[in-house]
Amino acid sequence: MILLPCAWCGPRDAAEFQHVGEAVTRPDPRTATQAQWRAYLYLRANPCGWTAETWYHRMGCRRFFKVERHTETNEIRPARVAAVAGQVPGAVAGQVPGAEAAG
Amino acid sequence: MQASANGHRPGGRRARYPAKYSAFGLLRHGLTHQEWPPAWRSHPMKRSYDAVIIGGGVHGLAAAYYLAANHGITDVAVLDKGYLGSGGSGRNTAILRSNYLTPEGVRFYDRSIKLYQRLAADLDFNVMFSQRGHLTLAHSDASLRTMRWRAEVNKIERVDSDVIGPAEVKRLVPFLDVSPAARYPVLGALWHPPGGIIRHDAVVWGYARGASALGVHLHQNTEVTGIDVTGGQVRGVRTSQGDIATPVVLNATAGWCTLISDMAGVAMPVQTFPLQAAVTEPVKPFLSTVVVSGTLHVYVSQTDRGELVFGASVDPFTSYSMRGSLEFIEGLAGHVLELMPALNKVRVLRQWAGLCDMTPDFSPIMGRTPVEGFLTDVGWGTYGFKAGPVAGEAMAECIATGRTPEIIAAFGLDRFAAGALVGEKGAAAVGH
Repeated sequence: MILLPCAWCGPRDAAEFQHVGEAVTRPDPRTATQAQWRAYLYLRANPCGWTAETWYHRMGCRRFFKVERHTETNEIRPARVAAVAGQVPGAVAGQVPGAEAAG
Repeated sequence: MQASANGHRPGGRRARYPAKYSAFGLLRHGLTHQEWPPAWRSHPMKRSYDAVIIGGGVHGLAAAYYLAANHGITDVAVLDKGYLGSGGSGRNTAILRSNYLTPEGVRFYDRSIKLYQRLAADLDFNVMFSQRGHLTLAHSDASLRTMRWRAEVNKIERVDSDVIGPAEVKRLVPFLDVSPAARYPVLGALWHPPGGIIRHDAVVWGYARGASALGVHLHQNTEVTGIDVTGGQVRGVRTSQGDIATPVVLNATAGWCTLISDMAGVAMPVQTFPLQAAVTEPVKPFLSTVVVSGTLHVYVSQTDRGELVFGASVDPFTSYSMRGSLEFIEGLAGHVLELMPALNKVRVLRQWAGLCDMTPDFSPIMGRTPVEGFLTDVGWGTYGFKAGPVAGEAMAECIATGRTPEIIAAFGLDRFAAGALVGEKGAAAVGH
């Protein structure tokens, strides 16, 4: 069982969460070129190693938060906030807790 | 010259090594107790090759085989970081079908089925292809609608597919619970008689044997550590066993395709997810078709040995881990019993996972890239094994002629920048 540190509920079974995906920066749709927008839609780093990602506590507090996960071992560690702050895609950006995400 | 249905050119080179497998050969070996010659040869690695194929699975080996058999290009090396068939080719659930949703997809996978039908004769290797029929269940009006759509597209492309009702489903699979009282009642199904199962290891070994006999070098336990690109052109490959100079590199990996593409500086719209499968103890033959339920996230077939092979959809989050999980086997057991309550005493022997390179539109990424000489045959998600022969044939033609064959024209990397996606989610997300 993988335990995820929800920023609000503490460590919980990963089965309660929905994996939103790699934390990516959403370009401004008014100024982004088509190539930038398509890259935002489709391209991901997909690393074999540590990655910062967004999770959604679907069966709990229903809020979004970020952690870092090693994609080969599935180890979890707190997100380094400076590296990922404000990078949750779309309308959920306002709900990102920032520093508290370190859980 | 027109290639024949079996992928060979008339009068082309045929495999002479190793010894031909036949009933007579079996008898002779049985009587003399001679050792069988190895199915493929091993060679010291050369410093340069005309083409290097990364990935010794069905795709890489098929590409190598068709390069040699159809185009006479034999100075080819196939590299694998493990043993041949150690990745997705040995981990899939061995289901073949061509009842896809888009005309491009249907044409492509149908060509693969036609190659598979002749494969045992082509390779002189028993691949145990059993066209027992493929049944995709509909548990909702929405999925029934998609199936009618698929059936009509299939018919236009001359692929045998039709929507059948619950009574017909019950006749085909008597053990299936088709009563209206079921939690997810069976409203109908897409019936695809040419679909079936095959021995996936035999396909890998057959292609390896055929390619080796034509002069292709197979290097196992050889991990690629870098790709040399200068001036937008591939110059060579660095491996754990030494460097190779080559003008052509084909990325035929699954699971690690973005790691290899990154070495050449080509960004891929791919995310890697594990997919788990399981197999039970052998039981008497009772299931003559492949049964798929998208709603219940399960597909099941019975092997010639009597084991039931189960597969599911990909795991809920990206990972390169190939460990099985309890959540998977628990969910799978529940879903299988929903379909076939009679299986409640059958024990699971083992479960495993393979890596799936998922693309945004559930279609593969094949052909050339912005880096000259660097070609891809990747993004095979959960449907790569069934496409091995046609992908190998098309990529071999792409390498040999420098042109993208018509059959894979829709699947290029540039479709994402152009917004011309080939949406196969309705036919490939779970059922295969």
